[in-house]
Amino acid sequence: MEKILVGLKRVVDYNVRVQVKSDGSGVETDGVKMSINPFDEIALEEALRIKERGEASEVIVLSIGTADSQQQLRTGLAMGADRAILVQTDESADPLTAARIFKAIIERENVDLVILGKQAIDDDNSQTGQMLAAVWGRPQATFASAVSFDGNTARVTREVDIGLETIEIDLPAVITVDLRLNEPRYVKLPDIMKAKKKPLDQIPFADLGVEAAPRTKEIKFEPPESRQRGIMVEDVAGLVTALKDKGLV
Amino acid sequence: MSKVLVIAEHNGAALNPSTAKCVACAKQVEGAEIDVVVFAASASAVAAEAAQISGVGRVLTVEREENDPAIAALLAPQIAALASSYSHVFGPSTAFGKDVMPRVAALLGVNQISDIMSVEGPQRFKRPIYAGNAIVTVEAPADSVVVATVRTASYPAADGGNSATIENTNIDAELPTHTRFIEVQTGQSDRPDLQAAAKVVSGGRALGSEEKFALIYKLADKLGAAIGSSRAAVDAGYVPPETQVGQTGQIIAPDLYIAIGISGAIQHITGIKDAGTIVAINKDEEAPIFEVSDIGLVGDLFSIVPELTDALD
Ligand SMILES: Cc1cc2nc3c(=O)[nH]c(=O)nc-3n(C[C@H](O)[C@H](O)[C@H](O)COP(=O)(O)OP(=O)(O)OC[C@H]3O[C@@H](n4cnc5c(N)ncnc54)[C@H](O)[C@@H]3O)c2cc1C
Ligand SMILES: Cc1cc2nc3c(=O)[nH]c(=O)nc-3n(C[C@H](O)[C@H](O)[C@H](O)COP(=O)(O)OP(=O)(O)OC[C@H]3O[C@@H](n4cnc5c(N)ncnc54)[C@H](O)[C@@H]3O)c2cc1C
Repeated sequence: MEKILVGLKRVVDYNVRVQVKSDGSGVETDGVKMSINPFDEIALEEALRIKERGEASEVIVLSIGTADSQQQLRTGLAMGADRAILVQTDESADPLTAARIFKAIIERENVDLVILGKQAIDDDNSQTGQMLAAVWGRPQATFASAVSFDGNTARVTREVDIGLETIEIDLPAVITVDLRLNEPRYVKLPDIMKAKKKPLDQIPFADLGVEAAPRTKEIKFEPPESRQRGIMVEDVAGLVTALKDKGLV
Repeated sequence: MSKVLVIAEHNGAALNPSTAKCVACAKQVEGAEIDVVVFAASASAVAAEAAQISGVGRVLTVEREENDPAIAALLAPQIAALASSYSHVFGPSTAFGKDVMPRVAALLGVNQISDIMSVEGPQRFKRPIYAGNAIVTVEAPADSVVVATVRTASYPAADGGNSATIENTNIDAELPTHTRFIEVQTGQSDRPDLQAAAKVVSGGRALGSEEKFALIYKLADKLGAAIGSSRAAVDAGYVPPETQVGQTGQIIAPDLYIAIGISGAIQHITGIKDAGTIVAINKDEEAPIFEVSDIGLVGDLFSIVPELTDALD
């Protein structure tokens, strides 16, 4: 295949314990560490490995968001992507709009394979890949833990609730990746320098001719009900007694 | 008037408990009429089960060879074709529902509401974001169909005892051939299913090897519990991936959850927030898991777990 397109979403780093703003208008993101969505790093790693095996010739990374997302795209270029595209929006796109944007880029670039994360860890929606496959009219292989190719078909093992499912899909197609697919490489300093010279195109959303989907309104944010810290027991006998008191054994 | 269509999850022979949980959520939509649809090659056994769920008005069956086993790219156009007579289309937030429902939503030109925890109005719902660190109330656009997944851990299954009518339907949607099922490998076990189990015993990185994980299996068998795990335990190959509990694994709500040698990372905790009683066994008294535990025991799991297993005779 020729081109692989990978989504890189800028999200609050997974180590940050996100706080809801006291007025319920959102979550506190000022001064918080931002990173590439961890699933997207796995998606990019897979694309790079496919290219390194000689099964693809170019890896393009795409982010949809504000100019800040350039930072994540540069990291993607340092990991080894050939070039980057930023579709500029005021804020992060909703999943269906994001899917339509991906499709517009696919048509411009003649992409054979799209690899996305199975979910973004901020909104945890897990929608974009499936929606892209629908609007593109192509196969989806979600939650992938193993991927291989044979000519124009891909064999994908998926992590499902009862175990591992294997399906075969015709390219072009969308794959969304799960945690076990691979372990992303670390970026080395010289690669960061090299990445500065790689192309990063910026396209304003309005120039793409994509219709924005009707947006889900976010009305109010609140912290979750917290669990209370319970009792500590001294030994196994104490544990058994406590369980019996609750009628659990 | 709200009309909710619930997509049944099943394995061809039996209904998955996630379906009755979706019905429980659908019942929160005020005054809703609720239909369940079963896509299968032969649907009668599953449909008969679905007809028993209280609150269900009709069970629709769509029988086609291509529907066994279920493939999202084939189901989605059929669901989308049915959706025109409904105000809401619900599926479970299981691997099955997460795969197919966004594809349906996109075909209908709407965003999906993921992981409904509670229904606040016909278009208004609560859902968790940021690994459950925040709850957002969202509102779907007025006058558009609501396509949603239901966070199954937030709902007890709706009761049985109903006898809804069962109707066979034909859908003329043309189905793609670009996606083919090859096989499914299940961790063959007689243990209870993680999603449905009343008790879960879960092991973490501290177990150290696949062999030593036997300690967890022994305790679980004594309790009649399902097996859970942390991501670290799965990544290390001690247990299969379908046992992973958490933000990116399974979200569960058993009566009893015993976390053994698990530190309590936010990504793990979000999977057990709705558990009845959480027990933690960890050698580090500062481990974050104790902050959310109802009963904590500090000590070495390699001596505690065998002792506990014996004590339960
Ligand atoms: C300040 C702010 C306000 C917002 N307000 C709203 C609102 O009112 N209504 C609303 O519907 N949404 C709103 N959003 C967007 C919302 O927060 C999510 O970003 C959006 O719903 C996408 O869902 P997800 O990230 O969970 O996608 P998922 O479907 O979980 O993402 C899966 C994969 O898709 C790819 N992907 C998704 N998005 C991008 C992207 N932008 N760039 C590159 N790849 C991507 C990645 O590979 C990712 O791993 C807002 C966002 C921000 C920052
Ligand atoms: C994108 C992303 C998604 C993730 N999703 C998930 C998810 O869904 N589920 C999940 O679980 N994690 C998830 N994680 C990983 C999570 O952040 C933690 O790394 C993981 O949960 C740690 O697993 P653990 O508690 O088994 O291991 P550790 O954090 O290493 O904890 C081991 C614990 O065992 C204790 N211990 C050691 N020896 C003994 C002994 N002999 N007796 C008793 N106690 C002992 C230690 O004190 C320690 O507390 C995710 C991470 C990322 C980045």
